[in-house]
Amino acid sequence: MRLTCPLCGPRDRREFYYYGADDYLRRPDPQAPLQAWDEYLHNRDNPAGVTRDLWYHESGCAQWLAVTRNTVTHDIMKVELVAAKGGGK
Amino acid sequence: MRYSGLKVITEGLFGNTGWRPAWRNPAPKAEYDAIIIGGGGHGLSTAYYLAKNHGLTNIAVLEKGYLGGGNVGRNTTIVRANYFLPGNSEFYSHSLKLWEGLEADLNYNVMHSQRGLINLFHSDGQRDAFARRGNAMINQGDDAELLDRDGVRKLLPYLDFEQTRFPIYGGLLHRRGGTARHDAVAWGYARAADQRGVDLIQNCEVTGIDIENGVVRGVQTTRGAIRAKKVGIVVAGRSSQVAAMAGLRLPIESHILQAFVTEGLKPVIDHVISFGMGHFYISQSDKGGLVFGGDLDFYASYAARGNLPMVEHVMEAGMTLMPMIGRAKVLRSWGGIMDMTPDGSPVIDRTHVEGLYLDCGWNYGGFKAVPASGFCMAHLMATDQPHEVVRAFRLDRFATGHLLDEEGTGSQHNLH
Repeated sequence: MRLTCPLCGPRDRREFYYYGADDYLRRPDPQAPLQAWDEYLHNRDNPAGVTRDLWYHESGCAQWLAVTRNTVTHDIMKVELVAAKGGGK
Repeated sequence: MRYSGLKVITEGLFGNTGWRPAWRNPAPKAEYDAIIIGGGGHGLSTAYYLAKNHGLTNIAVLEKGYLGGGNVGRNTTIVRANYFLPGNSEFYSHSLKLWEGLEADLNYNVMHSQRGLINLFHSDGQRDAFARRGNAMINQGDDAELLDRDGVRKLLPYLDFEQTRFPIYGGLLHRRGGTARHDAVAWGYARAADQRGVDLIQNCEVTGIDIENGVVRGVQTTRGAIRAKKVGIVVAGRSSQVAAMAGLRLPIESHILQAFVTEGLKPVIDHVISFGMGHFYISQSDKGGLVFGGDLDFYASYAARGNLPMVEHVMEAGMTLMPMIGRAKVLRSWGGIMDMTPDGSPVIDRTHVEGLYLDCGWNYGGFKAVPASGFCMAHLMATDQPHEVVRAFRLDRFATGHLLDEEGTGSQHNLH
């Protein structure tokens, strides 16, 4: 599997650290109820098909990437910079 | 039909014409007392113990493919009880005891072989950690022996002891650990459940779960609707999709674990060896193939195949530990779909729907748990109370903070 980093171009999977579903970009309000935090931290849709998850270009530009890909075929549809989307960690 | 040595000899003398299929192939009935979704190791053992321990025989196992076609047929067959945390250790201890009586109980040869499992360590700190783990295992009533370097060398003379990166300081020997024949475990449970009247229904995919006013009423399947008072979801690999039919969002992300097997060789590895620093473990099957694997591919996937970087990593680790295996040819590799929970431990619990139960989240350690998982899931479905050895396997433990983080790596799916 190869990811095409918007800054660095197509790179080997080994350059990237996988973090998890892009739910992590939707951090609840600090005062949100416990259930919202549990959903954010632990529960996942976990689709067999198209998913969106976060990867860190560890051995490249050190950018967080939002990747749209298919978990059944390993096809990569879209790779975006989290920073460019206004998301942040 | 009961299997015995005499039966084998008699059949041999008369042309093997007397063997019968090991289980029936019934059509689904309109209603059952309980339905188990999933005909893998855990589902079949749940059905067996429901019938055997709780007298519930009007039950069905629904399998979308064929019995034992999922993870129970795609693993590295290791059986052990070397867990550390309270909550885990009594469960796996219970499981190992069930393994030890399994063949007599099922009247089936599952080739359970207690050849001994050795966890290597490579530093003083790791030695202390393994000494502590060994003490926990002994306190639990299981066995553990701490070996120094010479002790390991005596048992495993073929390892590379002088490697500079991970010199071998010793190992923790768990003599009652070993392997079993994975397919035979599924077949043995299937046959024994069938003999107690359980309907094993293959090629029957569940497409919906019927719920009325918060109570489960049955399931929709590709072979029609089936009513049931109780439904157990035991579908590791597809837990998220099946649970979603009941409106549940699970603390699970599915990852791929690859494993490998070489051509058949003469007996060379007598034990199960785990090399934690290299993410590598290996044993030799009774057929002669070296069976080995490493870590997950570490990203969500349902592809049932892995990617090459992990193949390379596993081979490197194997060559680091035992250069002799470099001459062996790898025949096959495969990828299994793993239910990764944030803390790396499983779930056996009720759901918010009355009569709907969940057995999932086995990460990549489900094989050794097959007997106790079924035993405890059956207990839960029959009595509505968790068995005492699975009280910690709660679905809400992430919300309440009662994690079972055996590895101590944190509470995130991709860390286990």
